[in-house]
Amino acid sequence: MHEMAICESIRQTLEAQSQAHNFTRVKRVCLEIGPLSGVEMDALRFGFDVVMRGSVAQDAVLEIVACPAEAWCMNCAQTVPIQKRFDACEKCGSYQLQVTSGEELRIKELEVH
Amino acid sequence: MCTVCGCSDDNVKIDGKSAAGNGGQSHSNEKSEEHHHHDHHHHDHDHDHDHHNDHAHGHSQHGHHHEQHHHDYGKGSAGVSVPGMTQSRLIQVEQDILAKNNAYAAANRTFLANRAILALNLLSSPGSGKTTLLVETIRKLKGQHDVAVIEGDQQTSADAARIRETGAPAVQINTGKGCHLDGHMVGHALQDLSLQNNSILFIENVGNLVCPAAFDLGESYKVVILSVTEGEDKPLKYPDMFAAADLVLLNKIDLLPHLDFQVADAVANMRKVNPAVKVLQVSARSGNGLDQWIEWLKAALAMERVGQAGQKSHVSSAAE
Repeated sequence: MHEMAICESIRQTLEAQSQAHNFTRVKRVCLEIGPLSGVEMDALRFGFDVVMRGSVAQDAVLEIVACPAEAWCMNCAQTVPIQKRFDACEKCGSYQLQVTSGEELRIKELEVH
Repeated sequence: MCTVCGCSDDNVKIDGKSAAGNGGQSHSNEKSEEHHHHDHHHHDHDHDHDHHNDHAHGHSQHGHHHEQHHHDYGKGSAGVSVPGMTQSRLIQVEQDILAKNNAYAAANRTFLANRAILALNLLSSPGSGKTTLLVETIRKLKGQHDVAVIEGDQQTSADAARIRETGAPAVQINTGKGCHLDGHMVGHALQDLSLQNNSILFIENVGNLVCPAAFDLGESYKVVILSVTEGEDKPLKYPDMFAAADLVLLNKIDLLPHLDFQVADAVANMRKVNPAVKVLQVSARSGNGLDQWIEWLKAALAMERVGQAGQKSHVSSAAE
């Protein structure tokens, strides 16, 4: 959706981290992004290269760790896997689901020097 | 300028003034030849909402904590590993990408809660009738509750002018190329409005069913407005927005006789993405359903009052 703004936010975090941890170059950025975070991976990769230009993370490798989307089914009283927000429970067909994971949008780790 | 969503802070204007110049703060423009967004990285918040930085600080300390876990492994690009010869290291960041926005939003939320202000983030696609609904709502609340409005649009201050005609104070934020309001812009606008205690603040977000869903502004509730001319499948096409909604107003119901729109289908679709969502059917034009909406607002405002009172008694009992 707003992948450019997200890349900007990543750049700000990296600049702040470079001060805090005293590094000048980021080789690899590892992000954790859930399928329900609303982020389009291709647009993010495109935006990442553009936004990181001239920063400590210029030419850094972008690594994206996907995590599974899961929800708590109130009917079955257990965690079930989902693909999309409006998926029905695969066990009972109910839509009474509370998303428990899949909305992650985090910077996990950096490889720096 | 951004070619994807175009979010650029350079273009943000609050009531025609550059947001950068607002409040005596100056965003550095030294890198303006580079990507527009860069300015944002360089600015320090030495102005009114300094307290925002406390949150950011919390996060960076988090980073410090993890610094102890550096994995030094002297492995060169040729694949040769030399123990003790560190070329690169790993830093565990584990930080939310939107942490900065969330810190601004948290500061806004504290500011509003301390004043028992009910803040509503109004979200919809362009043309759903947000501003008309707002004008009618303000008329109904007139003389009973103080109301203020923050208007977000890419360009023009037409909406703020429409609101001011009702007598309510309004601040216009022009996002320029931006597709959504963020916590930082709203923080500035809060400084410009002289808000009454226990009043209602409507934040009319940029007309967009996608991006604004992810950006917390510090509001009490997200209210999504869907008009019946848009189609009952919108909740499934834009699930992030409807999943984030606390209340959905189904607007323009006076047009239902002329349309094939099935209210039950629309509500069922909303419940698929958000089982807990509340739905009210309204028409800003005919006035149908507005009374329930006003009742909802009054109840929510009362809750803010209770919340503030609870917080105060908590503080005073803690002081004893």
